[in-house]
Amino acid sequence: MTTMTASPHFVASPGLWTLAWRRMRRDHVGMVSLLIVAAFILMMIASGSGFLARDWSKEVGANYAPPTFVGADASGQSVIIPATEAGEGDVVESNVSDPIASELAELRPKPKGAVAGAGPSEGAVVDPLADIMAEIKGKGGTEAVKEQRAATLPFGADKWGRDVLQKVIKGSETSIFVGLAAALVATLLGTVFGAFSGYYGKWVDDFFNWFYSVFTSIPYLLLILAIAAVLQQKGLTTIILILGLTGWTGIYRLIRAEYLKHKSREYVQAADAIGASGNRRMFVHILPNVSHVILVQMSLHVVQFIKAEVILSFLGFGVPVDVVSWGSMLNEAQNELILGKWWQLVVAGTAMAVLVTAFSMLTDSLRDALDPKLK
Amino acid sequence: MADQDILLAVRDLRVSFRLDRDLAFEAVKGVSFDVPANSTVALVGESGSGKSVTSLSILGLLPPENSRILPGSKILFGGHNLVELSASEKRRLRGAEISMIFQEPMSSLNPVLTVGYQLGEVLQLHLNLSPKQARTRAIELLREVGIPEPDRKIDAYPFQMSGGQQQRVMIAMAIACEPKLLIADEPTTALDVTIQRQILELIGELQKRHRMSVLFITHDLAVVGEIADRVVVMKDGIIREQGLAKDVFERPQDAYTKALLLCRPQLDRRPARLPVIDDFMSNGGKAPPALAERTRGLTGKEEFVLEVKGLCKDFHSREGLFGKRTFHAVKDVSFRLARGKTLGLVGESGSGKTTVGLTLMRLHEASSGEVLFDGKDLLALSPSEMMAYKRRIQIIFQNPYASLNPRFTVGAVLMEPMIIHSIGASEEERQKMAMDLLKRVGLPEVSFYKYPHEFSGGQRQRIAIARCLTMKPDVLICDESVSALDVSVQAQVLNLLQDLQDEFRMSYIFISHDLAVVKYISDQVMVMNEGVIVEIANSDDIYRAPKHPYTQKLLASIPKGWHHAP
Repeated sequence: MTTMTASPHFVASPGLWTLAWRRMRRDHVGMVSLLIVAAFILMMIASGSGFLARDWSKEVGANYAPPTFVGADASGQSVIIPATEAGEGDVVESNVSDPIASELAELRPKPKGAVAGAGPSEGAVVDPLADIMAEIKGKGGTEAVKEQRAATLPFGADKWGRDVLQKVIKGSETSIFVGLAAALVATLLGTVFGAFSGYYGKWVDDFFNWFYSVFTSIPYLLLILAIAAVLQQKGLTTIILILGLTGWTGIYRLIRAEYLKHKSREYVQAADAIGASGNRRMFVHILPNVSHVILVQMSLHVVQFIKAEVILSFLGFGVPVDVVSWGSMLNEAQNELILGKWWQLVVAGTAMAVLVTAFSMLTDSLRDALDPKLK
Repeated sequence: MADQDILLAVRDLRVSFRLDRDLAFEAVKGVSFDVPANSTVALVGESGSGKSVTSLSILGLLPPENSRILPGSKILFGGHNLVELSASEKRRLRGAEISMIFQEPMSSLNPVLTVGYQLGEVLQLHLNLSPKQARTRAIELLREVGIPEPDRKIDAYPFQMSGGQQQRVMIAMAIACEPKLLIADEPTTALDVTIQRQILELIGELQKRHRMSVLFITHDLAVVGEIADRVVVMKDGIIREQGLAKDVFERPQDAYTKALLLCRPQLDRRPARLPVIDDFMSNGGKAPPALAERTRGLTGKEEFVLEVKGLCKDFHSREGLFGKRTFHAVKDVSFRLARGKTLGLVGESGSGKTTVGLTLMRLHEASSGEVLFDGKDLLALSPSEMMAYKRRIQIIFQNPYASLNPRFTVGAVLMEPMIIHSIGASEEERQKMAMDLLKRVGLPEVSFYKYPHEFSGGQRQRIAIARCLTMKPDVLICDESVSALDVSVQAQVLNLLQDLQDEFRMSYIFISHDLAVVKYISDQVMVMNEGVIVEIANSDDIYRAPKHPYTQKLLASIPKGWHHAP
């Protein structure tokens, strides 16, 4: 090393994070991944604060409106369903193929005649709400028709004609938030348990190891279902707790190992020699030295938990029905796929795949940037 | 020279390392030297001099992903230019014609295979011996390198052998195929002095018996003086001086060589200050005027600051299901430390010298005994009572790369003890004290804002010293504090420690395996072996007339350097 020149200005030296950032910036794959992840997180925040996808539940398109690039469905299937909803008497006759059309035709004139003959009072007996219904139907229905449900949407529509793109954006709010929050919970638990276990050793270590063994001896899905059963309610908090409470084990083992390694290092002994307390050694001295491990673990777990949320929702243990997430979209998609409506599956799947891949690659570059010796 | 065949000729070797995408560092800048047949050539230099890179490029073992031998370099061996050989041709040469011994025998042997298997593998691979022949030959080899009971040891695993025996196995492996050239990269640095002596003798003997050449790479000139025929001195990737050992040692031409020869403490002299490289460089390559000798030793009128009585430390390990094995690391150690004086503590690895240091500070809890400091028994104090005494006994560790928290700036490192012990009234005052201390240990004030990784080993050790000084301790334990440093840096740190002792009247316990350094810095010397103090006396007396047989053996093993060589 060359001798240092004493500069008149005391410029603070780059610390670990600055140096890591510099290395990171040279990693093109990492930077692209970072941009993608940042874009997703921005999207999540925008959606959460109502700038984006506020009207995701509005039925703006025809049912199962196909994506624009595919073009409007020529088979007419997507037209029929709005037609039956839009109004009653006018279209049905034209449907020649309907096997019960004749019976319907038989039935239909009756109430019509009754209404015409006996006046509104008799009709009210048949259906007391008919007027109101007619009113509502007249308003809502005609408006919907007037809004002109689009025959195609940029990325298609679901069963109710909701825009899949909007759903994906709204769904990202749930999925990414669940991933981040659950990873935070898991990392926090894993780090604190691991730190105490590794640093104090002896009975503390035995206790946490025992706890860990019990946790890992239960099959993962069973554990999730058990916790879901105990918490007894569907909701974001529940999923976050389920994933966080079951996901800390891997992080615990790693952090415990790191603490075991670091506690006998000379710099920790030196801290002991100058009189630093146990907690100070644990959290002021050692923690910054294992922080890169924690960060990498956390970002790995975000990926894992985003996928886990999808699996949970897919199995029906996920978010409640009025909330959309990528998992619930994929869950819906399994029925649609039978009808050949692939777009919801593809769009939700792609969004998740892009984020997860970008996050994984970001994790990889983070590890390289934080621990250059590994290269 | 002319009457000898040249076995290996290195011509204008240049090696560059890629540090970054567009930043390269030339580690070896045009090095040329010869290794004649049947002789020992020593390549000497401090860390970063490029000596190891040179040896690795001869074998073609440089990491291909970030290093490059620049065009124009030639390594001529047996009519081939090794630089231009293909990978498979090089592999054929390695082991058969050229072989190598590394510094760490413990990490060079595979721990899950027996030494017989590992030796046999080399023989079967290069000499096409059958497994049975290979085993017979392996036993012969083990006998040749002086392993006791080779028939039995051949089935031992590396961990069942001592460090010296492991290094012998490595040597057996290296000479298995009767190579023409043996490259030994710091083969004795990780070993104790007594073992070092045996290994050096073994290498010398084998060189003569097999009429091979040895390229001996080391930082230790004293070792070189005993075995080398020719010496090549390197610094910063260039050769500063080369020639016959006699010439280099008796009439060194280069200022750097002169400095290297003189800045290492010698057994027969004790100048008040050790000369450092800069003294030579600034003095136009001439040795600085000899300084007055410093007298050492206790006169009997000293005041004692620390008294240790019957200190014991046991370690327990589990054995079997319920069994417990006790290892007595320190047995009944008693001594007194005089104020303002230095007590040297020497011994080989495993002698318990470091454990004594750590137990005194209660970094390890002692099993029994008393440590009296100001009349108080430190070992009996509660942790809160101990806090007041902690700042008065401090320790400097061996490895300056490990003893500073890499996430703290130097300022934070220095201010932490002040915060813990409430030294200094305000942040500004502490900062000023830290800056003053940095200046005192010879570092610029900007260091305050830097991180430890930006400093060299010697500079880091200065930071560690400054950290101890913040608490103005009465006793400073130096646990191998200069062992990991280069010779020239070692001299600077030793000088600094001496200056600080003169200024603050601190007492040192100086723990080291390096007998020359201990002799230089200590007033009293205490020799430990297997947890017991075998001898304690004034340093001049103990080196002149050692009484205990172990001390005698230890002192006889010190490499004597050129001056005493036959």
